[in-house]
Amino acid sequence: MKTDSQLRPGAPIMSYEMRVESEPQATVSEAEALSEGLVVRDLNAWYGSFQALREISLLVAPKHITAIIGPSGCGKSTLIRCFNRMHEVTPRARVSGQVLLRGEDIYAPGTDPVLVRQRVGMVFQKPNPFPTMSIFDNVAAGLRLNGFLVRRSQVAEAVERSLRQAALWEEVKDKTSRPATELSGGQQQRLCIARALAVEPEVILMDEPCSALDPVATLKIEDLMRELAREYTIVIVTHNMQQAARVSDHTAVMMMAEDRAGEMIEFGPTREVFTYPKDKRTEDYITGRFG
Amino acid sequence: MSGFAYRRRKIASIVVLGLCASSAFAAVGVLALILGFVLVNGISSLNLDFFTHMPTPLGEPGGGVANSIVGSLLIVGIAALLGIPAGVGAGVFLSEYASPRLGNVIRFTADVLTGVPSIVVGVFVYSMIVLKMGHFSALAAGIALAIIMLPIMARSSEEMLKLVPRSHREAALALGITRWRTILSVIIPAARRGLVTGGLLAVARAGGETAPLMFTALGNRFMSLSVTGGPIDALPMRIWRYGIGPYPEWHQQAWAASFVLVMMVFTISLTARLVLTRR
Amino acid sequence: MQVGRGNSTTAVTLARRRLWRIGNWGDALSRIAFAGLGLSLLAVALLILYELVLESRHAISAFGWGFLTGTRWDPVDRVFGAAPAIYGTLASSFIALILAVPVSLGAAIFLSEMAPPWLRSPLSFLVEMLAALPSVVLGLWGIYVLIPWVRDPVEMWLGGHLSFIPLFDGPPFGVGMLAAGLVLAIMVLPIITAIARDVMQAVPTSQREAMVALGATRWEVIIGAVLPYCRSGLMGAVILGLGRALGETMAVTMVIGKGYNITASLFQPASTAASTLASEFNEATYNLYISALVELALILMGITLLVNILARLLVWRVARSPGVIAE
Repeated sequence: MKTDSQLRPGAPIMSYEMRVESEPQATVSEAEALSEGLVVRDLNAWYGSFQALREISLLVAPKHITAIIGPSGCGKSTLIRCFNRMHEVTPRARVSGQVLLRGEDIYAPGTDPVLVRQRVGMVFQKPNPFPTMSIFDNVAAGLRLNGFLVRRSQVAEAVERSLRQAALWEEVKDKTSRPATELSGGQQQRLCIARALAVEPEVILMDEPCSALDPVATLKIEDLMRELAREYTIVIVTHNMQQAARVSDHTAVMMMAEDRAGEMIEFGPTREVFTYPKDKRTEDYITGRFG
Repeated sequence: MSGFAYRRRKIASIVVLGLCASSAFAAVGVLALILGFVLVNGISSLNLDFFTHMPTPLGEPGGGVANSIVGSLLIVGIAALLGIPAGVGAGVFLSEYASPRLGNVIRFTADVLTGVPSIVVGVFVYSMIVLKMGHFSALAAGIALAIIMLPIMARSSEEMLKLVPRSHREAALALGITRWRTILSVIIPAARRGLVTGGLLAVARAGGETAPLMFTALGNRFMSLSVTGGPIDALPMRIWRYGIGPYPEWHQQAWAASFVLVMMVFTISLTARLVLTRR
Repeated sequence: MQVGRGNSTTAVTLARRRLWRIGNWGDALSRIAFAGLGLSLLAVALLILYELVLESRHAISAFGWGFLTGTRWDPVDRVFGAAPAIYGTLASSFIALILAVPVSLGAAIFLSEMAPPWLRSPLSFLVEMLAALPSVVLGLWGIYVLIPWVRDPVEMWLGGHLSFIPLFDGPPFGVGMLAAGLVLAIMVLPIITAIARDVMQAVPTSQREAMVALGATRWEVIIGAVLPYCRSGLMGAVILGLGRALGETMAVTMVIGKGYNITASLFQPASTAASTLASEFNEATYNLYISALVELALILMGITLLVNILARLLVWRVARSPGVIAE
């Protein structure tokens, strides 16, 4: 990723090294997002009386990776936590607007947030495996504690499948009864991914999943993300622009307004956003003038 | 700064600090003094009979405290069964559910409740339960001790549960696990060491209480295994009755029983602290 | 409540997944259950107050305020006055504090400021073990070890040399107010020490360093920087100790004798509210007697409640976590 300091009119802001696939990046069609992905309409979020998000609207393409970038404190994490109704876990937090998962508003009255979270999984910034459980029990936790599966054989099958999907099976298959805390940071994060996968969600949210990891582990997880994107819809929050550029199909850029509420200033295919941003603020942020 | 004045201050400092050190060792010295007497006076009467036999008729030598030990175990068992889950549950409420204001009110009440004299609790249970039931019982005694254990357990459980990092709760909730399942299967297991310690300390405290038992269990010269049937004896009550009684043999047995009681209480307390630091 | 899951571990037909109405009974029920347990603390406290007031109404209506000032406790004549018991409770507790507070603070200072780390834990542990000692065992030791010692040499010496002071006037029984004060002091010592030590350790190092930089001796650092900073916490510790002393029963009952009067002499047998309850409750045969005793319990509870509330307010303000206090 090179920053081009020669600004010729019409020239790309950055020369952009894309990933290997030559598949062209299309914009997201609303119909597609409505039926299979996520549609966010006029989302506002508050912590008590402080507004953290203002009128966010967004389309998340199914089975693609959407990145949310922006400077610290602009509300990226808040936004992603609205997608699986984790935002409201904080006392005095509330939300208005719509988030449509396959066309259904997850904030419709009478909707059970527990069921939402079973369909929209989350991986956190700092790997958080359950310390009192073994590797096996961690991955199985969602299945067991939700009452989905009880029979040992089925659980074991699901655990192996999830660990394979998370590219962790080979490394841990002989020691799944060891405590999860014995794994390295990168392995723990993949374990958390496996744990989220075991519940068979449709969407996977990742809140800065690599920021606590070393570069080697980071690359492994990025590869894993691209693999997973074949099956799952992925939304990733990252403060690392290069990562967003490497990994995502679409990018949403957020900025903090004067009253510290977060707004979405740009959204589009990643290549476009990084080479021909429409908003001056995006350009400033990407070229490192602030943030 | 004059050298003389400074030297005087320095000497004053050393003297006062010496007093502080001797205070600390005096405190420990008192403990040693008490334990020493309990040990010396009590150990001579300890034999197998002491643990397995019942008390002999008045004035006759020999006999043991078997019924008192069994009574204590039964009463404390009931108290633990009632008080520990209730206390942990209250701790869960304080840590996971309560609003700040309600939480403060309950916390304050718990702290104040720990200061209620145990004899007052005994009088209360006598009035509420013994009078209504018409007789003394192990159940009444257990309830009295449970009331004493409840606020202690609640506060210590709350502190232990609060120590479990938020990330555990978030990870579980994000998997779509319900709140109560999260509490039961993730948070409480994560805090189990501290909870066990709290429980053991509460039990040690309850096991040494005498006053509430006087109004609820009354004491019994015979073995009783009945929970609601009638008066039942307990080790602390035995120590009291025999200690102030007229017979020297009784005094001997009181010392020996004291030794047993102290050993039990100290062992449980020590175990509690080891659980916290080791396991 | 999971529709469409079935037993299949492969991806479930996505179209079948729906977001249902809330059917999560578990959360609703458990919230109620835990709230119930939390509120049970309030319920117990209120219930105790209510029951005590209820059962003492007989005596309250019989004696009114005179109960607090009456000095006769005569079950035979059916006259009950609580003044000597209240006096005994307060006096014995204050004696305990006078004896215990200097030693407690000194020990706390040693543990917090002076002791090397390897000594601190075992010593603190031993002090806490003193708190764990059952009251009845202390009472037993009190009867057969402390009382003989108090009678002779302590009371003999004090009576021989200082009998002009009303405190030390009278025959040296051994049992009595002095012995009770001593025993209470032993019970209260570890509590004050533990809390005071915690409170002192919480004083930031910067405070001490500032004093040292001014050229203070070690003791001056303590009295100039540490103690003033945690003043209210220390007061809270002392008052908590007082609260404990007020309600203490067994050890006191066993060494205080059974005198029921108000005298200045420390050598006289006396009574506290708790000791009166302990020694008389099982002999109470008629309603007024029981009611009078319950009223005594109510008064005792009132006094300890007040003291404890005061103490908690002070300690809460300073040390955020009272921790597990082995009372």
